[in-house]
Amino acid sequence: MTSDEIIDLVEMVVLVAVLVAVGKLFQRSKASGRLGEWWNSKSRVEQWAWLVPLIAVVVLIPVINPPFLTTEPGTNFPITMFNCALYALVALGLNVVVGQAGLLDLGYVGFFAVGAYVAALFTSPDSQLSKIPYLWTLPLAMVVTMFFGVVLGTPTLRLRGDYLAIVTLGFGEIVRLLATLMPPLKGNVGFQDVGHPPGTKADGGALFANTNGTPWYMLTIGIILIVLLLVGNLERSRVGRAWVAIREDEDAAEMMGVPVFKFKLWAFAIGAAIGGLSGSLFAGQVSFVNNQKFDVPTSVLFLAAVVLGGSGNKVGVLLGGFVIAYIPFRFTALASYKYLIFGVALVVLMIFRPQGLLGARQRLLARGRQAYQRLIGRPEQLSSDSSLVAEKAGDSA
Amino acid sequence: MSDTPEVEPEGGIVAELEHMTEAERAAHEAEVAEAVAPDREIAVEVGDTLLELRDVTMRFGGLVAMDSVSFSIKRGEILGLIGPNGAGKTTCFNAMTGVYRPTSGQVLLEDRPLGRAKRHQITHRGIARTFQNIRLFGEMTALENVVVGADARHQTSVVGALLRLPRHHREEREAIDRAMALLEFMGIADRAADKAKNLPYGYQRRLEIARALATEPKLLCLDEPAAGFNPAEKDELMGLIRKIRDDGYTVLLIEHDMRLVMGVTDRIVVLEFGKKIAEGLPAEIRDNPAVIAAYLGVPDEEDTDGAA
Ligand SMILES: Nc1ncnc2c1ncn2[C@@H]1O[C@H](COP(=O)(O)OP(=O)(O)OP(=O)(O)O)[C@@H](O)[C@H]1O
Ligand SMILES: [Mg+2]
Repeated sequence: MTSDEIIDLVEMVVLVAVLVAVGKLFQRSKASGRLGEWWNSKSRVEQWAWLVPLIAVVVLIPVINPPFLTTEPGTNFPITMFNCALYALVALGLNVVVGQAGLLDLGYVGFFAVGAYVAALFTSPDSQLSKIPYLWTLPLAMVVTMFFGVVLGTPTLRLRGDYLAIVTLGFGEIVRLLATLMPPLKGNVGFQDVGHPPGTKADGGALFANTNGTPWYMLTIGIILIVLLLVGNLERSRVGRAWVAIREDEDAAEMMGVPVFKFKLWAFAIGAAIGGLSGSLFAGQVSFVNNQKFDVPTSVLFLAAVVLGGSGNKVGVLLGGFVIAYIPFRFTALASYKYLIFGVALVVLMIFRPQGLLGARQRLLARGRQAYQRLIGRPEQLSSDSSLVAEKAGDSA
Repeated sequence: MSDTPEVEPEGGIVAELEHMTEAERAAHEAEVAEAVAPDREIAVEVGDTLLELRDVTMRFGGLVAMDSVSFSIKRGEILGLIGPNGAGKTTCFNAMTGVYRPTSGQVLLEDRPLGRAKRHQITHRGIARTFQNIRLFGEMTALENVVVGADARHQTSVVGALLRLPRHHREEREAIDRAMALLEFMGIADRAADKAKNLPYGYQRRLEIARALATEPKLLCLDEPAAGFNPAEKDELMGLIRKIRDDGYTVLLIEHDMRLVMGVTDRIVVLEFGKKIAEGLPAEIRDNPAVIAAYLGVPDEEDTDGAA
């Protein structure tokens, strides 16, 4: 082991130890329950009053470049942050499929790749197709990947569990192989100079240059917020309820009138669209697309982000995506061990906290907070932590 | 802000109920009843055939779980389906709700065969059921479970939900109120906010009924709803089943407890080894020698005596 590796290892261990300690303390003191209650007792307006400054800090992080968090000099910090945000967006999309609807998708990278190629094909000078402004490729990528999602989902979503996982795994590989084998997709040579959004800096250079991570990061955060809002709307509707019902008991759901296949297909298509959107953002920032980045391990990393953060918890998977992307950049000396590290981390997590960093948590009724307050005078039970349940039972006894 | 909270003072409706006067409470109960059974005119039409099984046979490999079973259910009645363990009662439910397709024979709802209809389409056409081994959505709250049932009647599209269009809001509001009324009707409203998997057993059984009712069925199929209940709880359930019928639903009831079956049903169908061996009024069934031999064994004890 080199000294760099040792330093990184020590730092990472310290970081993880601090996180675990804080988490434990949090749990031990039942502060987590109280924090949740405190948060739930706030009105929407008050919640936003807290959220806005928080979001502001998040948005400005690459500019602030905080000391311990920074990845420099190893990697440019704003670029790292862009990658973290990108993984968070990917995790958010995959969470719709895996976390909400409970469909194990091992080929999510396929949709990511399709999105990236859409951006490349329509903006890179290396492509024969007519060009469109880069920003238009974002919705276009969503439409195209959604189409792929429906095409892949229609025959396969009648399969269950393991079979679905195998077919989606195959899909991811097929997309990569097509990129390698089909001449118009240019295999390893790839596409240079993929487009980017308009805008110039004071010095005349492009604002969204691929060396300039900050605007890319901010754009991605903006997109995450919009997606978060829309996915939240779906969650608090019959669509989100149908997904959770399917996840919980597919047969019972169908017998309660849920058109299971239709809503599985929607989950798949919506997840695919978000994957495609992420792919086109990735292509724009890197400004270069070839067949190298879309392999099975990447798909597994995406899934790891969801599982690590807490499958079925929007905030959790954002955190998971962030962590998965961040660690290899921060601890560069250990980057080649990243699969080993994530593997061990996931095994440990599965033993001690199988629900992920933040457990599944969903609100499934529009204006449900008010409804519960009006009808029963207390908020609904969100966490399935047994400690909370025991506490409640103790109260009523 | 469209989301201005309409929060009422601490306690909500459940707590409020305790402070109501008699008149207020009666008014509230009428409201609940209205929400539970919005289409009560149906009760007027008692008598015509709602569901019919025609020579339904169900084979699993060599095993004949249902052997050419025929019977019909009339609108507005409570029909008991009884028989010893393994007689094919649950299989009968499964054949009616699309879980299995009959090997031969037909199931007709309102004179139209179910044919190749999918399970959720059958729910749509008006058959709802509960499960012998409880199958709730454990990670959802009790209220959410019932709202899933109510969703069977909802029109909101994915786009409508995504953009929170007005119909979405209206349907959500109505569904929540109706679900809450159903929970009150079943007497489990106090735990509406708890996850289904954390509810006590008796609550879970009743929640299943509330969820099935939420789909606004014409025919409600209950598979051993009183399993594991004590006598007092069984009496209460009997009252509820009667009330459900009085609200205009037709009920098909599988139950082992003879006192409950004899006390609540209008007619009874008896299965044994997949065959229908008897059909008739409770009193007739009780005195039917074939039934006694097959099901009740040696005619003994208060079980049958104290019933009618
Ligand atoms: N999917 C299946 N595959 C094979 N055999 C089955 C299947 N479902 C039911 N059976 C068999 O069919 C017969 C009838 O079962 P069923 O569950 O309908 O009985 P039941 O009358 O509901 O009994 P219980 O009172 O114990 O609930 C049993 O012998 C059972 O083993
Ligand atoms: Mg049974």
